[in-house]
Amino acid sequence: MALMRVSSPHAHGSYSTGMVMRQVLLATVPGVFVLTLFFGFGTLINVLWACLVGLACESIALLLRGRSLAFYLKDCSALVTCVLLGIALPPYAPWWLIAVGVAASILMAKQLYGGLGYNPFNPAMVGYVVLLISFPVQMTAWAPPRGLGDVPGLWEALQACFLPARYDAVTMATPLDVLRQNQGLLLEDLWAQTPQFGRWAGIGWEWVNLAFLAGGLWLLYRRIFTWHAPVAMLASLALMATLFYDGGSSSSGGSPLFHLLSGATMFGAFFIITDPVSSAVSVRGRLVFGALIGVLVYLIRVWGNYPDAVAFAVLIANFAAPFIDHYTQPRVYGHGKSGGAG
Amino acid sequence: MRRVYGFHGGIHPAENKHQSLGSRIRGAGIPQQLILPLSQHIGAPARPIVAVDDRVLKGQMIAEPGGHVSVPLHAPTSGHISAIEERPIPHPSGFPAPCIVIDCDGEDEWAPLEGVANYRDCEATELLELIRNAGIAGMGGAGFPTAVKLAGKPGQSVKTLIINGTECEPYITADDILMRERADDIVAGIAILQHILQPQEILLGLEDNKPEAIAALQAAAAGSAIEVVTFPTKYPSGGEKQLIEILTGQQVPSGGLPGDLGIVCQNVGTAVAVRDAICDGRPLISRITTVTGNAVDSPQNFEVLLGTPMQYLLDLAGLHPERCERLVMGGPMMGFTVTTPQAPVVKTTNCILAPTAEELPPPPPAQPCIRCGLCAEACPASLLPQQLFWFAQGKEFEKLEQHNLFDCIECGACSWVCPSHIPLVQYYRASKADILQQRREHAKSEQARLRFEARQARLAQEEEEREAKRAARKAAAEKRAALAEQGGEEDPIQAAIERAKAKKAAQQAGDATAATPAKASPEAALRQKLAKSEQRLAQSITAGEDAKIVSALEATVQRLKDKLAEAEAAATETGTD
Repeated sequence: MALMRVSSPHAHGSYSTGMVMRQVLLATVPGVFVLTLFFGFGTLINVLWACLVGLACESIALLLRGRSLAFYLKDCSALVTCVLLGIALPPYAPWWLIAVGVAASILMAKQLYGGLGYNPFNPAMVGYVVLLISFPVQMTAWAPPRGLGDVPGLWEALQACFLPARYDAVTMATPLDVLRQNQGLLLEDLWAQTPQFGRWAGIGWEWVNLAFLAGGLWLLYRRIFTWHAPVAMLASLALMATLFYDGGSSSSGGSPLFHLLSGATMFGAFFIITDPVSSAVSVRGRLVFGALIGVLVYLIRVWGNYPDAVAFAVLIANFAAPFIDHYTQPRVYGHGKSGGAG
Repeated sequence: MRRVYGFHGGIHPAENKHQSLGSRIRGAGIPQQLILPLSQHIGAPARPIVAVDDRVLKGQMIAEPGGHVSVPLHAPTSGHISAIEERPIPHPSGFPAPCIVIDCDGEDEWAPLEGVANYRDCEATELLELIRNAGIAGMGGAGFPTAVKLAGKPGQSVKTLIINGTECEPYITADDILMRERADDIVAGIAILQHILQPQEILLGLEDNKPEAIAALQAAAAGSAIEVVTFPTKYPSGGEKQLIEILTGQQVPSGGLPGDLGIVCQNVGTAVAVRDAICDGRPLISRITTVTGNAVDSPQNFEVLLGTPMQYLLDLAGLHPERCERLVMGGPMMGFTVTTPQAPVVKTTNCILAPTAEELPPPPPAQPCIRCGLCAEACPASLLPQQLFWFAQGKEFEKLEQHNLFDCIECGACSWVCPSHIPLVQYYRASKADILQQRREHAKSEQARLRFEARQARLAQEEEEREAKRAARKAAAEKRAALAEQGGEEDPIQAAIERAKAKKAAQQAGDATAATPAKASPEAALRQKLAKSEQRLAQSITAGEDAKIVSALEATVQRLKDKLAEAEAAATETGTD
């Protein structure tokens, strides 16, 4: 009987990193579905192409670093990054744009820092921001949602991606753009005069956000992450929107509901800022982290130069995470107010 | 119903307790040989008071306490001491340690026992002495000498006596079955502890996953001061600090002891051992041990003599060695692997776990930490295990202490939940050991520094004293010179010359008188010289002078001896001529 010498604990729970990542992937399905429903196959092609390029980049980096391919690819973290970036990019983006973004995410933001677990910044958002700064035209060209224009079919979508020269893109300002460029119209009038607005926010966008919310709630239910960061972000965003709602005047920043259901709000709240690697660690830290992002999103959306702000807000908060960690260490058992009830 | 409190974190691992609860406690019988480590408790090892080949009786003391924090050891059955030597013992280090080995004679002959007729007539100190002499150390797993724990710090009064029947570790049922079958003994033991400590309240805490034990205890405790408190099952509620928080809502201050809050915790098994020691005079020579895991056919609880080789127990339970990949003493969360089944059952062996590889698979290779925070959610001490891991990897000891590494109770909840399968607890243990080592070295170098400084100060003082003497001499000389100058205009150089002349004249006169005998006999002069040299040599040896000087003097003496011999030979030659 050859007996092993291992240190305790000998029992383990059933969680694994790969499992966590796969559940995150699964939770994006409703959002991707609704995006496809309203904007056509663009997002789906983005996601698939990004995954392909992403796996290639990850494999090359792992080979160069002399790591085991099978072991590290198994954790699915590269796939998660690529899917999230694919969702964030405008549908019908050209193939090279996606490839550059993915390379920036996987090679620069992730592997150069040491791979999974060592990246101080959210890789998907780094890729997004690199593209947004380098190729602003392509990055701000969003297709009109179904009902406001023709939605390209599968063939056209493939052409848009892989033969961009032969494709005439139809684009339309997003509701966030419309609101930011509003000059002099009361919100009510703007709503009436602009076709992009739907019931609470933009047509299509409100449903996209609700679908990501549903996916996020499922992840919460599965205890993949805690509620602290997303709730703090949504609450602070809603609070900012309420403070500056201004009764719907011409200088209003938009209603809280509009902000909650526009752009990348829900996607960001449940899929981006919940990336544990680059966020704050403690419960209080995550509350601060989320709240900071909510405020930054509002500031950049309403007074900044970019139509949506989640990517910048997340990267800025990533910078702040170690600082937040330093000041939000939890009170350890037996320290501080002794005798306090647990 | 008493209010119970929660504590931060905790996990719900599969309990796996039912396997070993199918039958009653079974006596394990007497093996051929018992191996009794001298250190089965926290503190100084016991000192043997028997010799090889001695016959010992059951219950006879065979080793005495090795210090204040220590307990004695007793023979669990009658037999002969066959060896006192190093044997493999159950210890995380895997190192062998000194043991007393008894070859059992199978007669199980008791030494005379003397119980206390009525412990209520005894002073607390008397009872504590009896408990100490019975060799009782905490039976819950830590093995701290019970009498020392009960005595507490001087001047501290006990408000709450907590009896721990939680047994939150999966698989282990030793306390559960004890509470089911010997609730009366537990209550009797608690009554003795009550008499010793005089607490205001007595709480017997256990998890709600033990309904039979709860019923038995409630029946036994009816009419006594004991309050049976149950609370929801969660690992690690049985940790002393966690149990205190659950039952009182208070937290033991970091680095402090429960006594600081007026609380004493004792395990149910310890209570029974105390009863046996006081009422029957029976020392601690056996305990209840769970033998379980899928590698044994019939998992169950044994009443087993201390020192029984684990192999013997495992065979009784029907072990399949080919299925067993690791052998754990204790539970799957905090137990440690035993490297040989020849290791004996000791006072702290509450469980021997023989799992199959499917049951507790070997740990998969660790993946990078993704800081998911599940560990921080699970940590009962509210630590940030992911940060500690980060600092432990970088050996950032200062940061580790800042993040309160030493408040970690090593319960393993963080490792259990970790999706990346990182052996977190192992990192913390290693870091703690490194830091303690560093502290020891620090203390050592600090001491060396103090010594060095003391030496420097002493040398400086000596130098100062010498300097002072020198200065005094110089001053005296100057004074003398000044006086001489004042006394007469005598030139010191002239005076010296005069002195030298006078000396020379005296010498010449002396030579003239001494010349004749010296010329008459050169041997005599040599002899004189030799005697002088020898005297000088002896002086230098007794004074401990430099080795060079001594050897030079020796050489001189030898040379003079040779010369003398030559001269004598010459003298006899001339004489005979």
